Amino acid sequence: MRTMSTWMFALVACVVAAAVFFFVPFIGKILGWGDYIYIASYTVLQYVVLATAWNILGGYTGYVNFGSAAFFAVGTYTTVFFHKLYPLPIPILVVLAAVVGGLIGLGMGYLTLRLRGAFFSIATLAMAVVLQTLIVNWDFVGGSRGAYVIRPASIVLFDSYIQYLFVIMLALVVIAVTVARTIERSALGYGFAAIRDDELAAEASGVPTLKLKLIATALSGAFMGMAGAPFPYFIGFLQPSGVFGLEYAVNSIAMPIIGGTATWIGPLVGAILLGTLQQVATVTISSAVNVLMVGLLLVFFVIVAPNGLVGVVQNLFRKKPGAPS
Amino acid sequence: MSAPILEVSGLGKRFGGFVALENIDLKVAPGERLGLIGPNGSGKSTLVNCICGTLINDTGTVQFNDRDLKGLITHERTRLGMARSFQLPRPFFSMTIADNIRVPLLYTLNAHRSEEQIAARCNELLGLVGLAGKATQFPRDLTQVDMRKLELARAMAVEPKLLIADEAMAGLSGSEVTDIVNLLITLNERGITVILIEHIMSAVMQFSQRLVVLVSGKKIADGAPDIVIRDPEVERAYLGQ
Ligand SMILES: Nc1ncnc2c1ncn2[C@@H]1O[C@H](COP(=O)(O)OP(=O)(O)OP(=O)(O)O)[C@@H](O)[C@H]1O
Ligand SMILES: [Mg+2]
Repeated sequence: MRTMSTWMFALVACVVAAAVFFFVPFIGKILGWGDYIYIASYTVLQYVVLATAWNILGGYTGYVNFGSAAFFAVGTYTTVFFHKLYPLPIPILVVLAAVVGGLIGLGMGYLTLRLRGAFFSIATLAMAVVLQTLIVNWDFVGGSRGAYVIRPASIVLFDSYIQYLFVIMLALVVIAVTVARTIERSALGYGFAAIRDDELAAEASGVPTLKLKLIATALSGAFMGMAGAPFPYFIGFLQPSGVFGLEYAVNSIAMPIIGGTATWIGPLVGAILLGTLQQVATVTISSAVNVLMVGLLLVFFVIVAPNGLVGVVQNLFRKKPGAPS
Repeated sequence: MSAPILEVSGLGKRFGGFVALENIDLKVAPGERLGLIGPNGSGKSTLVNCICGTLINDTGTVQFNDRDLKGLITHERTRLGMARSFQLPRPFFSMTIADNIRVPLLYTLNAHRSEEQIAARCNELLGLVGLAGKATQFPRDLTQVDMRKLELARAMAVEPKLLIADEAMAGLSGSEVTDIVNLLITLNERGITVILIEHIMSAVMQFSQRLVVLVSGKKIADGAPDIVIRDPEVERAYLGQ
């Protein structure tokens, strides 16, 4: 039934992304937001990438990473670092941030994956603190003062720089979601799920659990790094306290859990819904309610619908009890 | 005896100050059906865990097909052709029955299998244990006996040369026990060496060509089943329970 090939899926994703690209300015016009619609959409898309990345480790293998903000920050600071050395085009910075994020993911995995459950999660939190301390004390990238990254006034082919950033993030969404979906249907995905269910039984079934967990931490870290790479150009002034902030760590966990962690759809849906809700709340109330709102929703879902929105919808469509199975 | 497929020598395992296994020697010939019995807590599962790499033995060696397994972790041993079922079934709860079998199929055979080959082998294994009709169900929907069968089918999916069944029949009714014994004998007839750990004596006697008895971490008997169970030391161990 669901046998669409990876290339077919990527094609469909590109078509959807193109539709979003043409559609978004109209919404901006209707709302009277002008270019602000790109700022809002960029933020939502960035959360789609972060949530999808978190889910590769947290959802597929069951290892809950509390340190997402640090990986995102590593991506942003990769850009700051190269910006100071020699400004590179953003797509190249994205690749570099993926490499750095992936390596740090690998390192974190190597140091912490012998820990299980809450201990692993606490270790990821500790790692985030260590990385933040390093950045705060690293003068070359601005230290605790922060760093200015001046974006070019214009860019070829695009109406505005913010539109360009929006398109880059849209592309990252297509890549991240396609990769996540491909993993799910591959041997890797089955291995991840086996690890999540029972590591001992997974090993006994021939699954190299440590190697797979390292692949998961590296991939997850790489995508989080990618999500961070364009951010300095987006925000203009980067502060450690901002990019290492609670909202990234909390949203990266809450969005997949609220959407549903079993498949690629969950983080996508969760991030779009919550991200949009946050953008609306920022405009209408204040950005201060965002983390509160997410926290409350998270508690609600963990208790009432642990399989997320996707799980709720699946239950609605499942055969009624009594029907032949 | 021909060159053993499994050779355990001088194996010892402690948990803190508690000696769970002491100086165990055990040889298993290819194609053999071996019964391993002993009172509760005598160290049977611990021995299985040391053989499969779930636990690391403190002393002694485990050799499989003349290869020392020291330093190999569980999945590497599995890939050499060693499979085990767990005393308490440990299915992958989030996966369908068919996907439970698919995991070892994806991860064990070096030669890459096509999607069709995997599906076919999966059906074949589920058919073998009588779970073909339940391929799309989830483990939580299975009865005890079906759960045991799934455990065996998943072990079989690694295409093992040696299968260690740790109490595959605990809690089953008489006819269900016969089912599983027949299944294990069928597997053995296909060339798989089987070690059966079991408390149900009728099943052990029906199955085993040779019987090994563990008591308090020591091997106290090893030989033909009808002789071993009349061994006074074995009788004492069981009566003393
Ligand atoms: N991980 C462990 N830590 C500490 N002690 C253990 C551990 N595993 C087993 N033991 C102890 O080692 C002894 C042997 O246990 P084992 O499970 O091997 O027995 P068994 O022969 O399989 O028993 P049963 O027939 O009940 O399955 C028991 O006393 C048990 O309490
Ligand atoms: Mg036992």
